[in-house]
Amino acid sequence: MLDSVATIARVEDILSRHDGMEGALLPILHAIQAEFGHVPQVALPVVAKAMNISRAEAHGVMSFYHDFREEPAGRHVIKLCRAEACQAMGADRVADHAKKVLGLDWHETAKDGSVTLDPIFCLGLCACGPAALIDGKLVGRVDEAKLDSLLEGLK
Amino acid sequence: MKIYLPLDSAAVALGADEIAHAIEKHAHAKGVAVTLVRNGSRGMVWLEPMVEVEGPKGRLAFGPMTLADVPALFGDLSAHPKALGLTEDLPWLKAQTRLTFARVGVIDPLSLDDYKAQGGLTGLTRALTMDKAAIVAEVTASGLRGRGGAGFPTGIKWKTVSEALADRKYIVCNADEGDSATFADRMLMEGDPFTLIEGMAIAGVACGATKGFVYIRSEYPVAVRVMQDAVAIAQAAGVLGASVLGSGHAFDMEVRVGAGSYVCGEETSLLNSLEGKRGVVRAKPPLPALQGFMGKPTVVNNVISLASIPVIFEKGAEFYKGFGLGRSRGTIPLQIAGNVKHGGLYEIAFGLTLGEIVDTIAGGTASGRPVKAVQVGGPLGAYFPRALFDTPFGYEEFAGKDGLIGHAGLTVFDDSADMLVQARFAMEFCAIESCGKCTPCRIGAVRGVETVDRIAKGDTAAIPLLTDLCATMKAGSLCALGGFTPYPVLSALSHFPDDFNRMKEAAE
Repeated sequence: MLDSVATIARVEDILSRHDGMEGALLPILHAIQAEFGHVPQVALPVVAKAMNISRAEAHGVMSFYHDFREEPAGRHVIKLCRAEACQAMGADRVADHAKKVLGLDWHETAKDGSVTLDPIFCLGLCACGPAALIDGKLVGRVDEAKLDSLLEGLK
Repeated sequence: MKIYLPLDSAAVALGADEIAHAIEKHAHAKGVAVTLVRNGSRGMVWLEPMVEVEGPKGRLAFGPMTLADVPALFGDLSAHPKALGLTEDLPWLKAQTRLTFARVGVIDPLSLDDYKAQGGLTGLTRALTMDKAAIVAEVTASGLRGRGGAGFPTGIKWKTVSEALADRKYIVCNADEGDSATFADRMLMEGDPFTLIEGMAIAGVACGATKGFVYIRSEYPVAVRVMQDAVAIAQAAGVLGASVLGSGHAFDMEVRVGAGSYVCGEETSLLNSLEGKRGVVRAKPPLPALQGFMGKPTVVNNVISLASIPVIFEKGAEFYKGFGLGRSRGTIPLQIAGNVKHGGLYEIAFGLTLGEIVDTIAGGTASGRPVKAVQVGGPLGAYFPRALFDTPFGYEEFAGKDGLIGHAGLTVFDDSADMLVQARFAMEFCAIESCGKCTPCRIGAVRGVETVDRIAKGDTAAIPLLTDLCATMKAGSLCALGGFTPYPVLSALSHFPDDFNRMKEAAE
């Protein structure tokens, strides 16, 4: 329980930094995810109370958006663009390769917690696709060989 | 020695940060004093990372740069293996009409002095001498229409908000540019953020709104950072705040970040998201112009619409209106993407044909194979075959061919594309991103994927079913997500019927 007490204290600190902000829930959830790497379940009732909304509403908002995670991601997060401009340059092929090499499907995290594979719909790199976001770093013109070397670099 | 190297996401994704590091390292080793400016991109993505070196006759361009090309920047520049000549003489740039993007790639995006030196704040200064009605009238006279895709006259939207009576009004910039093939908003925010700020300030003064929000998608971390820095600089300089440029008009703004939901690019979903709710579409009426953010009158405009405002006030509505064709006035930043030889951003007056854009400007496919289809207007836009390449680029012209220009993104596909797979993807994407409020979109998209799968297995009887489903989605959906998903699906089906005739092919 000590963990959850500490978590709640950090959430309350985040809440106090957003005091008086109009429509503060998304910025608060972003700040919580930045702090913990995901949005801990124990945080939601605290947020709900502060925002004067029900726990169900807080959960509803959090679960609506693809960005917010209920569970921590792997140590490395690989996001591959699945949108049309990247498809035109072979993104589906690269995605199949990534799934095979990592042994993961979309939204899955490796059992050892090393890596998470997520789809992303457009990074605005549509003239240099296929595009990827690897641990927050933008990468263009990703083919199978480039992906292999990027994955190698994570080890 | 002054060197320019873009901070633009596309340049960074192709290695600009590593090039920047190498330039600084070499300069230090050689004892050369270098001023490295991280500018916006000139839009020639196939040449990124593109370095520019300031010379006596103008800037010299070099690209696409690799780490191995860096040392030669400190030698005889004319002999550099990646030398492209003077930037302003490059044919791709020379043929453009850069009004909205005039400063992108030219200035240091976060230098307010650079911005002012290139005509920045002239428009706002002029607008501050006008009354509200005159500002709105100027926007209406320019013929500017919403660049986000809907094409609604910007001046009429502003007039509604300007004349509405309320204790608070808002200006919301829709920077949730989620359509594949579009990156104009991103490039503008990364390359010339003060233009957007100036446009929003003019909107604020015109409508009597004192607060603005830029809602930027989380997939654009560079744009978020540059905009936040620019807003802070503009506040410190008195461009934003209690008295805009000392005029007595109050206008301030804030950058907000989305959370990965495509449907939040729809204006009412965006407003809900901004209020801290689920990004669910609202029924209209009431219009956001009357009951928008927090129920107050709100202008919701796309980045490019707002960023086109300063030049309209700097050079006049008539000047802007002088470009274009029919009811599509001014310029449009084309975003050329997908399988193309020359991809990037190309700002030009409305009216070029699709064929000129794809064959001449884009130079055909990157793969060298024939062009099969061009999806115009993002994931909700129609696939155009070569037979429709004579369509001029304009709102009505594309609507007349059962398509849309949307946010002016074009995705080119070569002949290896399977249009049934593309139709399936359109339905799958709609199913993933549907907000769930209306049935035709929420259920229809799921049934759509299943129906395309039946066709893929050779069940041609499912084709009329798909057409019927699309008619229901088109007529019955609350917003453009469910309502426009039929565009890519039906255009793929009608222009590329062979791709949907699986059984026949197998039998032959």
